[in-house]
Amino acid sequence: MKAQTLYEKLWSSHVVHEEADGTALIYIDRHLVHEVTSPQAFEGLKLAGRKPWRVGSIVATADHNTPTDHWDLGIQDPVSRQQVETLDANIREVGSLAYFPFKDARQGIVHVIGPENGATLPGMTVVCGDSHTSTHGAFGCLAHGIGTSEVEHVLATQCLLQKKSRTLLIRVDGQLGRGVTAKDVVLAIIGRIGTAGGTGYAMEFGGSAIRALSMEGRMTICNMAIEAGARAGLVGVDETTIEYLKDRPFSPKGAQWEQAVDYWRSLHSDEGAEFDKVVEIKAEDILPQVTWGTSPEMVTTVDGRVPDPAAVTDPVRREGIERALKYMGLEANTPITDIPVDQVFIGSCTNSRIEDLREAAAVAKGRSKAASVKRVLVVPGSGLVKRQAEAEGLHEIFLAAGFEWREPGCSMCLAMNADRLEPGERCASTSNRNFEGRQGAGGRTHLVSPAMAAAAAVTGRFTDVRAL
Amino acid sequence: MKPFTQLDGLVAPLDRANVDTDAIIPKQFLKSIKRSGFGPNAFDEWRYLDVGQPGADNSKRPLNPDFVLNQARYQGAQILLTRDNFGCGSSREHAPWALEDYGFRVLIGPSFADIFFNNSFKNGLLPIKLDAAEVDELFRQCEASEGYRLKVDLAAQTITRPDGKSIAFDIDPFRKECLLNGWDDIGLTLRHADKIRAFEEQRRAQHPYYFA
Ligand code: SF4
Repeated sequence: MKAQTLYEKLWSSHVVHEEADGTALIYIDRHLVHEVTSPQAFEGLKLAGRKPWRVGSIVATADHNTPTDHWDLGIQDPVSRQQVETLDANIREVGSLAYFPFKDARQGIVHVIGPENGATLPGMTVVCGDSHTSTHGAFGCLAHGIGTSEVEHVLATQCLLQKKSRTLLIRVDGQLGRGVTAKDVVLAIIGRIGTAGGTGYAMEFGGSAIRALSMEGRMTICNMAIEAGARAGLVGVDETTIEYLKDRPFSPKGAQWEQAVDYWRSLHSDEGAEFDKVVEIKAEDILPQVTWGTSPEMVTTVDGRVPDPAAVTDPVRREGIERALKYMGLEANTPITDIPVDQVFIGSCTNSRIEDLREAAAVAKGRSKAASVKRVLVVPGSGLVKRQAEAEGLHEIFLAAGFEWREPGCSMCLAMNADRLEPGERCASTSNRNFEGRQGAGGRTHLVSPAMAAAAAVTGRFTDVRAL
Repeated sequence: MKPFTQLDGLVAPLDRANVDTDAIIPKQFLKSIKRSGFGPNAFDEWRYLDVGQPGADNSKRPLNPDFVLNQARYQGAQILLTRDNFGCGSSREHAPWALEDYGFRVLIGPSFADIFFNNSFKNGLLPIKLDAAEVDELFRQCEASEGYRLKVDLAAQTITRPDGKSIAFDIDPFRKECLLNGWDDIGLTLRHADKIRAFEEQRRAQHPYYFA
């Protein structure tokens, strides 16, 4: 048989029907739901008199709007509360495999709770009305972010209308240097190929440096595939994947586990499989990254400088840089390590898992927040992550350093709840988007790894974590 | 879904690359549980000088005179010229809802982000990809002449400029059919309900652990 890419295997095992022009109906195994992009879909379903096709595919949680402190007070913002209550009511009405509502012990960011509960499994198709659904591709499953009309479509038909993507392999070979993390790898990739570099592709990450990553690291990388324009990120299944999934609540058990693992071991690109495009990166060349602009591709290394638009010839790009520098309040040619920060955010579906918190804590240990830094928020990705971190005593390290230890949720990744930047404030953030206003109107976001965020918190400016 | 066939519309240029969906409709408006009413908050942070809040009376807010869509000559525009990677970022369908509610029916640019591109079609909004050089020329013409209009014909897959030049564009045949007829995707898919059921049964037998 012809050597196949992982994407081709996943695609062909889910095609239910194909139109003459290649538009296909693909079957959806797992439907993750959160409060922001689902209300209109449930409403549409009801108005059309339709029922969900398979409620057993649904795993839901409330994460975007939920507060990260004073849970005893409930959700103060009435509009946010209404959205969360609407999800409660919708799930109550239609049912689900699992629902982790506000305050539940297993509540958390939708892309954190799926994997940690074993609700995301290799070989599945996974969708969610959220672009960072690409995260789940770390498990060798085909995971797409979808819009609300598509959420309704999946609810009603258990299928998604899709055209087959082209395939792109990003191969990172070699060994990452000390202090260089999965986040730096993915930022370096986006810096290299641009935010539209993956548009139209399913982006597989391979090579020895990717194989050496934990599941947490692989999730961080796939999480940001969408930031490179790819709707889906992918990593092939190996022993790391299988080890992670063993004994998770929704992972198969007993004989079914054996049967599943047998199948999962085939879920990788075959030797000699052809990709439409291949990008190769040497792990040794990757240094800690810091974004300086308003798009994730506006990134450089910690020893770099803010670029000079005068040196750029393409007028659209030059204007883009000028506009970004103006928004970010930065002068051309400023060394990255001269940029001071006002706030630090450690969290989001990119970097709020236990390993991320361990990395941040390793830097924070025995140090304290710089006096010039107003606030350092540490927001675990889920209730389970929070409890694990507390069992390891990480929260004590953060609290001793003057950081705030919060309840799980999306928090200041998109600032839909009370956690946000004030206009003009500058933030070192472990999240995935540095768009204008993302963390609060007028706020300025620099994307970094958890270790680099913690380093900025204790020194008050961007600092090479390797030198600390 | 609203069908789309032809349009002779006023054109507005938005001359920046990587316009993300956070910029098209900021997050505070995502708290709505409705599909409509997002138009007055389209491009909110660029369009107004103050910070917008859901439920506020937008007609009383100070407009940003520097934002291109606020110029008198572009009022009533139904066609938006864009640059590379328009609609990147969050999957929020509120972005096409906001553009549609604002009055746009056609977007023309060199490239669009995948999810946004998909979402547009579901809402009767037609995104058209053209060569960068072609888009450049449209920007030039549009900025040079007030009241610049284009004719878009979906059935013929053409855009006609005021100087008479006709530009052909590509579109998936399936999407074209759906848009021309205003077909509801779900209704279309459910014609294959038997096939879906059969597929599901077979999958359940082969991989029972996905159906726990
Ligand atoms: S943490 Fe941020 S990126 Fe992730 S799902 Fe929440 S809002 Fe979206």
